[in-house]
Amino acid sequence: MTHPVDILLVVVILLNFLVLGTPSLRMTIRGAALQGAVLAVLPLLVHRGFGWRVAAIAIATMGIKGILIPGLLEKAMRDIHIRHEVEPYVGFVPSLFLCAVGTGLAILFAGNLPLAPEHVGTLIVPASLATLLSGFLVLTTRRKAISQVVGYLILENGIFIFGQLLIEAMPFLVEAGVLLDLFVGIFIMGIVINHIRQEFSSLDTDLLSELKD
Amino acid sequence: MEIGLVLLPLAAAIVAAVVPSQRVRPLVVPVAACLHLAFFAAILAGGVSSGRGVWLRLDPLATVILGTVSVLFLLIAFYVPGYLELRPERDNRIFCAVLLFFLAMTSLLALAQHLGLLWVAMEATTLATAPLLYFNRTARSLEATWKYLMIGSVGIAIALLGSLFLAYSAYLGGGEPSLLFEDLLAGAGSFSRPWLRAAFVLLLVGYGTKMGLAPLHTWKPDAYGEAPGLVGALLAGGMTNCAFLALLRVYRVVNAAGEGAFARELLVFMGLASIGLAAVFVVRQRDIKRMLAYSSVEHVGILILGIGLGGVGVFGALLHAINNGLTKGILFLSAGNIQRAYGSKSTDEISGAISRLPISGSLFLVGFFAITGSPPFGPFVSEFTIVNAAIGGGHPVAGTLFLVLLGIIFIGMGSTVLSAVQGRPGTASAGTPYKDDLARTAPILVAAALVLFLGLYLPAPLVSLLERASAGLEALP
Repeated sequence: MTHPVDILLVVVILLNFLVLGTPSLRMTIRGAALQGAVLAVLPLLVHRGFGWRVAAIAIATMGIKGILIPGLLEKAMRDIHIRHEVEPYVGFVPSLFLCAVGTGLAILFAGNLPLAPEHVGTLIVPASLATLLSGFLVLTTRRKAISQVVGYLILENGIFIFGQLLIEAMPFLVEAGVLLDLFVGIFIMGIVINHIRQEFSSLDTDLLSELKD
Repeated sequence: MEIGLVLLPLAAAIVAAVVPSQRVRPLVVPVAACLHLAFFAAILAGGVSSGRGVWLRLDPLATVILGTVSVLFLLIAFYVPGYLELRPERDNRIFCAVLLFFLAMTSLLALAQHLGLLWVAMEATTLATAPLLYFNRTARSLEATWKYLMIGSVGIAIALLGSLFLAYSAYLGGGEPSLLFEDLLAGAGSFSRPWLRAAFVLLLVGYGTKMGLAPLHTWKPDAYGEAPGLVGALLAGGMTNCAFLALLRVYRVVNAAGEGAFARELLVFMGLASIGLAAVFVVRQRDIKRMLAYSSVEHVGILILGIGLGGVGVFGALLHAINNGLTKGILFLSAGNIQRAYGSKSTDEISGAISRLPISGSLFLVGFFAITGSPPFGPFVSEFTIVNAAIGGGHPVAGTLFLVLLGIIFIGMGSTVLSAVQGRPGTASAGTPYKDDLARTAPILVAAALVLFLGLYLPAPLVSLLERASAGLEALP
C-alpha cells in the first residue's frame, strides 16, 4: 500500500505521546484535535479512487473530530478557568513509559495476526491498537472530566484507524463509528459536562465519588 | 411489517413530545405500549418476514426477547402515570418521549439481522437511558449518569472494534462482503480464526459491559441505585436482555465457525465470575436498590452461564431471560414505592414495610422469593434447568459452585429484604404522605401473577418457541 498512509500513522502515534506527556489541558485537546484532523485524510489515501461515500466520511471526521468536539471542549475549559491536569493517578513520565510499552506490544501482537495481502506491511493494525491503548490510558489515569473525554476520543481514533481496513468492503461500520463520535460528543460533552459544571462549579471527577460500596 | 414495531413507538415518542399538558402526556406511554404489544402479537400470528436479505426479522430469538421487553414495558407503562403524578414539580416531556424512544430502539435491536445495525441500536439505547437516569437532577444521579455514560460508551466502542474484527475475519475468509447475520452464518466456516476469537472476546467485553457482567458491572449499582424505580426495572429487565440478545447473535456466528467450545468456556467462566461477585457484594448490602443491582449482576451471569453450558442450558437461559425480566419488574417497582414511602432506600430507615405498605411490601417479599429461585415461581424452573444442564452435561464443578453461590445470595439478600419488610415502621415513614393505590400497585401485581404462572405451567407454544430459538442458536451449518 501507499507510503503516505504510514507517515500519517507515525504522526498519529507521536500525538499519542504528546497527549499523554503534557499537563496542559489546552495541549491535550489540541493534540487530540490534530490527531482527528490527520485521521480525516486517511480514508482518502487508503481508498483507491474517489467516491462520494469516502469523501463524506473524511469531511464528517474532519468536522467532528478535528473541529466540533475539540471546540466544545476548549469552550468548557475556558468557562471554568482550568488549565492543567493536576495529580493524575499515574504520573506523566510513567504514563509515557506505559504508552511506549503498549506501542511495542501492539506492534508485536499485530505481527501475529493474519492480514489480507493488500494490508501486509502497513502500520494500520499496530497504529490502531497503540492508539486504542493510549486512549484507554488517558481515560483511566486522569482526574479531569475533560481529559477523560479526550482519552475517549483517542480510543475512538484507534478504532477509526482499524476501520480503514474495511472501508472498501464494508463502509457501514466505519460510518457507524463516525456517528458514535457525534452522539457521544453531543451527549457527554454538550449536556453532561454542562450539568457537572452547574452542579459542582468544577470538572474534577473526584467530586463524583460519593457512590460506592 | 416488522419495521412497524420500531416506527410505532417512535411516532408515539413524537406525540409525547408535542402534547402540551403535563397531565395528559404520561397517558401516551401506556396507550403506545398496548399498541406495541398488540402489533407484536399480530405479526407473530400473521406475517413474519421471510426470504433473504431482510434487515429486520422477528425470528425466534427476537420473539423471546422482544416479547419479554414488550410485556415488561407495558407493565411499566401503566405505572408511569401514577409515578409522574407524584412528581408534578418535574417537567416530564423528555422523560415520556425518551421512554418511548427507548422502546423503539430496543425493538430495533431485537429485530436487527445485521451486525452493524445491531450495534447502532445498542448505542441508541445507551444514549436513550441517560436522560432517564438523570430524571431526579441531584448531584448523586448526575454522578451515576456520568459513570454510566463513560463506562457504557467505552463498552460500546469496544463492541464496535469487536464488530470490525468480526467483519475483517469474514473479509479474510473471502466471499461476498456482507454484515447480514444469515451471510455471516453461511460463510462462517472459512473465517479467519485468530481474528474471530479476538472479535468474540471484544464483543463479550463490549456487550458484556451493557449487560453488566462482572468485572464490567461497576456502573450498575450507581445507575440502578439513583434512577427512579421504573427506570431500574426497564434497565434490569429490558436493556440487559437486549445486550444478551446481541451477544447471542454473535455467539451464533462464532459457534457456526466451529469456535463454539472456546466461546462456551469463556461464557461459563464469566457467568460464574458474575454470580460470585454478586454473592460477595449482596451480603450486608443496606441499600435495597443497590442490592437489586447486584442481583441483576447475578442474573446476567446466570444467563450466559446457561448458554455456556449448552444443551438444555440454552433453553433454561432463554426461559430465564423472560423470568428475570418480569421478576425485576416486581422488585424495582415495589422498591420504588417503598423508597417513596420512607424517603430512603436504606434499611437503616426502612423497617416494617409490610405494615406501612401492605401491598408493595408484600410484593417486594414475593419478588425476593421469586428472584432467588424459590418454588413455585418462574425463576425456579429456569435456574433448575440450568443446574440440570451443568450436572447432566458434565460440568459438576460449575454446577456445584452455582448452587453454593445461589445459596449465599439467598441468605445475603434475605437478611436485607427481611429487615426491610418485617418489624414495625420507624419514625421516618411517618414523614411522607405516600400511600399504596391501584395505579402504583396493579402493574406489580400483574407481573407477580405472570411470574407465578410461569413457575406453575409452561404453555406449549412458549415451549416450542424456546425450543426453536435454542435449536437455532446451537445449529451448525
